[in-house]
Order: sequence, then C-alpha cells, then structure tokens
Amino acid sequence: MPDETTHLLDIQHLHTGFRVGDAFYDAVDDINLTLDKNEILAIVGESGSGKSTLATSIIGLHNPKNTRVRGTIAYNGQNLVGLDETAFNKIRGNDIGMIFQDPLSALNPLMRCGDQIAETLKYHTKLNKQERKEHVLAILERVGIPNPKLTYRQYPHELSGGMRQRIIIAIAIACKPPIIIADEPTTALDVTIQAQILDLLEDIEKETGSGIILITHDLGVVAETADRVAVMYSGQIVEEAPVNELFAHPLHPYTRSLLNSMPQLDNVEDKLHVIQGTVPSLKDMQPDGCRFAPRIPWIPASAHEAHPTMHEVGPNHYVRCTCYKTFHFQDALSSVEGGIVNVTD
Amino acid sequence: MSLIEVKHLKVHYPVRTGFWNRITSYVKAVDDVSFNIEAGQTYGLIGESGSGKSTTGKAIVGLEKVTSGQILYEGQDITKASVRKSMHYNKDVQMIFQDSLSSLNPRKRIEDIIAEPIRNFEHLAPTDEQKRVQQLLDIVGMPSDSIYKYPFEFSGGQRQRIGIARAVATHPKLIIADEPVSALDLSVQAQVLNFMKDIQQAYHISFLFISHDLGVVKHMCPDMAIMNQGRFVETGTREDIYEHPQHIYTQRLLSAIPEVDPTHRQQNRKHRQAVEKKFQSEKKDYYDQNGRVFDLQQLTEHHAAAVKPEQADLCRQEIEHDRYPDELPLRMEVE
Amino acid sequence: MWKTILRRVLLMIPQIIILSLMVFMLAKMMPGDPFTGLVTPQTDPSQLHRLRVEAGFYNPWYVQYRDWVVNMFHGNFGTSYQYHRSVASMIGERAVNTFWLALLTFVLTYLIAIPVGIIAGRYESSWKDNAIQVYTYITLAIPAFVFYLFGIWLFGYVLGWFPTSGSISVSATGMIGKVGSMLYHMILPALLAAILATTSIIQYLRSGIIDNKQEDYVRTARSKGVPERVVFSKHILRNSFLPIAAFIGNNFAVLIGGSVFTETIFSYPGLGQLFISSISSRDYSIITALVLIFGIFTLLGNLISDIILRVVDPRLRIQ
Repeated sequence: MPDETTHLLDIQHLHTGFRVGDAFYDAVDDINLTLDKNEILAIVGESGSGKSTLATSIIGLHNPKNTRVRGTIAYNGQNLVGLDETAFNKIRGNDIGMIFQDPLSALNPLMRCGDQIAETLKYHTKLNKQERKEHVLAILERVGIPNPKLTYRQYPHELSGGMRQRIIIAIAIACKPPIIIADEPTTALDVTIQAQILDLLEDIEKETGSGIILITHDLGVVAETADRVAVMYSGQIVEEAPVNELFAHPLHPYTRSLLNSMPQLDNVEDKLHVIQGTVPSLKDMQPDGCRFAPRIPWIPASAHEAHPTMHEVGPNHYVRCTCYKTFHFQDALSSVEGGIVNVTD
Repeated sequence: MSLIEVKHLKVHYPVRTGFWNRITSYVKAVDDVSFNIEAGQTYGLIGESGSGKSTTGKAIVGLEKVTSGQILYEGQDITKASVRKSMHYNKDVQMIFQDSLSSLNPRKRIEDIIAEPIRNFEHLAPTDEQKRVQQLLDIVGMPSDSIYKYPFEFSGGQRQRIGIARAVATHPKLIIADEPVSALDLSVQAQVLNFMKDIQQAYHISFLFISHDLGVVKHMCPDMAIMNQGRFVETGTREDIYEHPQHIYTQRLLSAIPEVDPTHRQQNRKHRQAVEKKFQSEKKDYYDQNGRVFDLQQLTEHHAAAVKPEQADLCRQEIEHDRYPDELPLRMEVE
Repeated sequence: MWKTILRRVLLMIPQIIILSLMVFMLAKMMPGDPFTGLVTPQTDPSQLHRLRVEAGFYNPWYVQYRDWVVNMFHGNFGTSYQYHRSVASMIGERAVNTFWLALLTFVLTYLIAIPVGIIAGRYESSWKDNAIQVYTYITLAIPAFVFYLFGIWLFGYVLGWFPTSGSISVSATGMIGKVGSMLYHMILPALLAAILATTSIIQYLRSGIIDNKQEDYVRTARSKGVPERVVFSKHILRNSFLPIAAFIGNNFAVLIGGSVFTETIFSYPGLGQLFISSISSRDYSIITALVLIFGIFTLLGNLISDIILRVVDPRLRIQ
C-alpha cells in the first residue's frame, strides 16, 4: 500500500491489546498507516473505535503491565514498538508532540504555565534556565497568547479553556517535533475557539512542515483541516482516502452511515439516519470477517469477504471488505432500533 | 397561549470581595431574557460556555433562584417554590441532562430510577408501577430486563434514553433538555434526537433544547435564541437565524461551524477570518461601553436582534434585500 | 493572601469568645464547688460562706465571667484550689513538657508516614504495599490504651529499654544531661503515639498517589519525555501532598488535645495528666483554663491548616 519513499512515520501491522482477565484483546487490530511531512492525517471514529489507543501506542504511553503492542512503528530508522523507556523519553516531546482533549485536566494545577512548557525544553535541549524562559515566551507568543510574560507566571485555572489549549499546544510544539499527535484537540472547546485552534494547528503544520495526526470524532473538523483521512471502526481502518475524495465518494458502509447520521442543512424535518446495534465491546469483536456486518444485516453475508482486506479503489483510496460494492441504505425509519415507531400496544 | 412565558428573567450571583467579604458586584448569569415556549414545540437556546443558557433552563425547572422577572405557566408565576408545588409544576416540567452517567444514581436500579418521579407524584400499586416502568422502557426502545440493571451497565446512548424515560414518566408538558446529545457519538446522537422527535409527536411535549451545537439545534428547533453573556443577541425562526443573521455574534458563531465539505475549505476559512475581524472591529456597534449586549429590536414579526435602535432599519432593509433581491431598488426610491 | 489570613485571624475572635462563654458556663453548671471538698464536721458554715463571697461566687454570672476574662488577660487564671498555687504557673510548667512531647510525636509521625505512604502508593499492590496495608489495618483497629500498655510492657518491662513514667530523671545534671534525659523519657510515648497517628496520613498519601498517577497531567508530563522518576516526584507526589499539608495544623492540635490519653498512661507530667487529675479533684480553675487552651489550640490548628493549604495550592490563592 505505501509507496517506497520513506515516510515520516510508517506503521505496519500494529496490534495493541489490553488485558482482560488472562487474555489480551486487540483494541487496535492490524493497522497499517503512514504519515508524511506537511500533512494532516485525520483519524476518525466513534468511541471504542481504537483511535485514541492508536495515538497512545505511537507515543508509547501505555502501561506495559496490561498492554501488549506488536508490529512496527518505524520512525527515523528505528522501531518505536518495544523501545525502552530511556530511549522513548528522548523521542517523546522532542520528536513527537502530543495535544490532549481536556486542557484543564491535562495541565498540572500546581505548576505555572510557563514552567510546564519549559519542562519539555529542559529534557531535550541544552538551553539554560534563562534561555529556556526566553524560548517559552517566544512560543507563547507564537500560539497566540496576548500577554506571554503574564501568562508565563499564571496557573492553569487562571486561564480560559481556549488559552489553556494554547498552552497545551505550546508544550507540544516547544521542541519543534516533526510529528504532532492531536487527540480530540477541540472537543472540549466552544466552536469559535475550535476554529481558532484548528487554524493555529494548520499554520504550525505549514510553518514547520510537521506531520500532524488529528484524532477526532467530528467530521466537520476533518473536512475543514485534514489532508488525508482514515476512518476507524472497531480497531480497524475501514476506509482511507484523501479528504476531498472521501467526502465526495465515501464508499464503506460505515463512512456512509456516519455522514448520513449528521444533522445537516437538507434534512431538517427528516429523521436522522441511525446505525443499527452498537459498537461491539473489546471482548465481543469478531476475530474474522467484516466487523461492520452485524450492523447492516440486510446486506447478505455473501457480499462480505471472509477475511476482509483493504482494496485500492482509486488513487490512494482504500476500502476494507467488498461489502461496499452492494451496500445500500435501508429505509431510514425502519432502521430505528426499538422506539415509539415499533411499539405496538 | 404559550405554554411557558419567560418575562425579563434575571439570575444574578453576588460576587464577594475585599476584606469584609462584602458584595461588590454581581455576575449576571441571565440578564433580562424573555421568550415563550409553545405547546408541542421545540425552542432552541444556543450559546457558548458561560452564556447563561443552562442557567436559564435551570431557572425554568426551579433549580436556580430567580433574581427578578417572571416565568408564567398557565398564567401563574412559578418563580416561587410554593406556587410550583401547588400547581404540579414539578410534575409537568422535567429535565434531561448532558452527563447521563452522573445524573443517574449509580446505586439505584433502572426500575427505581424511572419510578422515582412516579412515586413522587402518583401513588401506584407496585404491579401498576412496574407496568408503567416497562411501558416507558418500551417507549425508549430498551429491553424489558433493563429494569434490574444499574446505570453503569449501559452505554452512553442507552443511559441518555433512560434519562428520557425518567423525564417522560410523569407525562410532562415540557422537557428542558440541557445538551442532551453533546456527550454522545454521532450515530447514537442521531438515535436520541430521533427519539426526542418521536416522543414529542406522540405525547405533544414541548422541549427547551439547550445546546452549543448549531447543527443539532438547526435540526431540532423551528424557533431559537442565541445567547451571549446572559443576554439574547438574536431570536427568530430557523431561517431568520441561519439565513439572515443580523447580529455580529450570530454571524461569528455561524461562520465558525465546520462545514462537511472540504472543497470549500479555503473560502470558509477566509470568510471566518473576515467575520472575526469584523467582530473585533465592530464590537462597539453591537455592545455598549460596558460590553453589555443591547436590548432586542424587533426586525420582522418573528425576528429580533440586539442592535442599536438606529441600526434596526438598516437590518430590516438587509433582510428584505436578502429575501427579495429584485425589489431593493424600489424600496430605495421609496426612502 | 495577607488579607485573607488577617481576616481568618479576626474571625477567630468571636469564635474564642463563644468558646470561653461555653467553657465558663460548663464550669458553673458542674455540681459542687472547690470548697465542698473542705467541708468537715468542724467547718463553720459562715466561714465557708465568706470564702465563697471572696471567690465572687454570689455575683451575677456576667460579672463573674467578666472578672474571669479580665484576670485571664492579666495572665491570671486563678488559683488552684487543690494545690493553692497559681494556675498559670502550673500550666506553664506542664505546657513545656506537653509541647515537646507533641512536637516529637508530630515529627516522628511524618517521618514514618511519608516514606511509608510513598512506598505504598508508588508500588501499589506489590508485597510492600500489601504489608503496609496490613500495618495500617492493625493500627487502625487496635484500641490506643491496649497498644500503649503493650508498648510499656514490651519496651519498658520486658526489654527495659525505656523508662515508663515521668519526664526527666532526678539525677540528670547539666544542660546536655537534662535534655538527654528528657528525650529518653519522651521517646517511647512519642513513638507509640506517632505509630497510631500515621494510619490516616499513610492512607491519604497512598490513595492520593494512586489517584494522581491516572491524572491527565501526568500523561502530559510523560508525553513531554520527562523521566519517570521526575514525573513521580514533581507531578504525582506534589499533588498528592495537598491533603497531607491540609492536615498538618489540625494534626498538631489533635496531638496537644490527645495528650490527655498518652500522658495519663505514661504518667508523663504534662497538660493532659494535669487535666485528668484536676477533674478528679474538681479543680475548676485549672479545668476551665485547660479546656480553653485546648480549644484555642484547635482553632489555631485549623488556621494553620488553612494558611498552609493556601500557600501550597495556587487554586485557593486567588481572592
């Protein structure tokens, strides 16, 4: 699938399993994905899709006691999977920056904002204390903090949500990492602030040439910022395409269902599309076969592959399983599970 | 007559500062807000965090002490707890919360959670009560064995449906839905929104739909108000707000919604930044010197915006122009 | 910050007034008076009456209260009816002993509890943690007097390492000798009291560490490439100390108040022991003075806790 040129990040056959009892269950199941310089790769999925697990696997933040990671994450000639803590600590913050969802809980309440940013520099640069401070002030200015000197000395609770998220971004970009992972960076923010933060991320990508992995559940955010999109369902990538292609020609039943369930301009009075059933829990995921099949039961089993693989359907456009070929929507109303419409007295 | 008439509602919190901890100012969470909720209709309340939208909702249910103003229900002012009690207001008006997990008592079984409002207002025999609970679970499409389970055993969407079942239990006339789908995944959100519409049709329930999500509000609410700093900046029908926004704050909010079409990305961004620039530069035309939102000016029969009185005519013309672009020259001559 | 502290201090004034009124009233409500103990078949009732008049016992309550308060301001807590000595000087002598014992207990408590709590939290569910859990369950469950008597029996009589009563040996001479002897007498009661006091601190610290390990900001720190050792000391531990810091003031006050128990069992001549003996001899002037002092210490302890919490937690600093 990936071309032979070297990618910034090259993930091959990544499995991340969590221990439930004595067995491991893969929350991320055989992911192949690449990230290049100067691109924003969006990973879209609902809760339980494994998108956040994928992010934490890349940056190696899982508790080794109850997690099992297999496969390769090739970065700069080394495999990040199984890297020891000391070596990984050199990469975290320096080569991979991470932006988190909830900016209040992601900042240490007892530390001044400036010191939290400077801490990254302390472990990755040879700058002395004074130089670090100057550097931090410059970064604060870069991420759009109006009064860097004041904010340096402030504590997280003294800032608004948007300002806090700028601090988180400042921490992530302090060492100009080539890779930035943003895990739902705007979910906790108001729309106007969300727009500003997304603009900031795009500007950073253009300026530094970093590759950004944007993890989100919001298709609007994807359409506004991503260059390339991977749609995840139940631990697997079900569709991957350049952003325009994905929104113009969504193929996988899951992608199409998701787009259909969004409240949009034209379906104001209609019912929204509802996907039948629920996302399977970690333990209930089928090891084989199309994992989305139980949620589109009106599609015959013969339409699915026994061992679904990714099919190239266009330039850089890949779809898992063959069911996309025959997929059609059922009448929207009858797919409402239970509910008033089905209740008979 | 409207089901609920909110008149000049104010909810102010005192701010205590200084050595003696005296009240030095007030946080005006809700500052002179008026609107009506019609029977069987959904009214949308849109705002960002801290806009006072939730406080307004809580004041209507009676969870927030009202500083001044009236909330008329069947012609009676229910801002006093005694009035609410005497007219079964608490039975007629229910609430659905955003966080379905923390709003359901974790130590109670679903049966008791749903039966609680019934027990508060009606006295049913245990068998009748259980029948009612089963019916309610049916309505929200939950299996009948759910009654013996605890909240944590359900997914977010299922819990939100249990919250709806509890709210519907007393046959309410109005449900205040405070960000009912914000914590839910897209596909589950669709399910819950559909349920709300179904229930509304079946039982003729009114909703006050409080949300920050302009897409969801657009889908759910024919009428709505945009809130900012405890005040209404614009009220109107869906078309008024989304097609002819007059207040700069509304325009800014609308421009910030990400569009699900990547091909317009560049224009959207330019437009958004232009509106943002306009917002920064024209702020003083839309807020008084204390940063307070102006009073609403009626622009059309159903559309009002908080603009300066002298600006209102201009807005009216603009709306006309938007609607009937060809007639504009004629109007200009008339003026 | 200073304003807040000053306001808290000023707020203590009405609290102390209410406390003193309650103490005064309690003393008045108690049956009998110190002179009833002097009554013998030969006592002349008129002489008893004269004594009571001299002591002001027939004045209205508010006059008595006022006299009591005014006297206290002059450092005059009255005279012990039993020992016929100034209460102030008696309390003064004992207070020094109690203070040093409480201080040593306090220091030992934190010296034991903090490292033990850190080990339990850091190595959660390991054999170390399990052993510490057993330790905390035992110290929580065992009644204090059983524990103290066992300690006295083991270390005092069986092993003979420490003296089991008194605060200083009569034969101690010289500065170093006296301090040494004092310490020697204090170690056993302080150590045993400290062991009992560690339980709650260990538990708070342990659960604080376990909770904070899961916090998002710890994940942020790890994502910055901060070494695990520093993540623990700078991020997890600092936040886990907040509840501990909040208890410091209270804890000291509790130790002063709790001296009643320890000192009685160890026959240690401090305020606690004085309190018990005064109660049995109905020496009201001492009882009232001590109750007032214990009360004021509790208020002061809360004040210190408040101040410490404000210093260590920036979220409480803003007005």
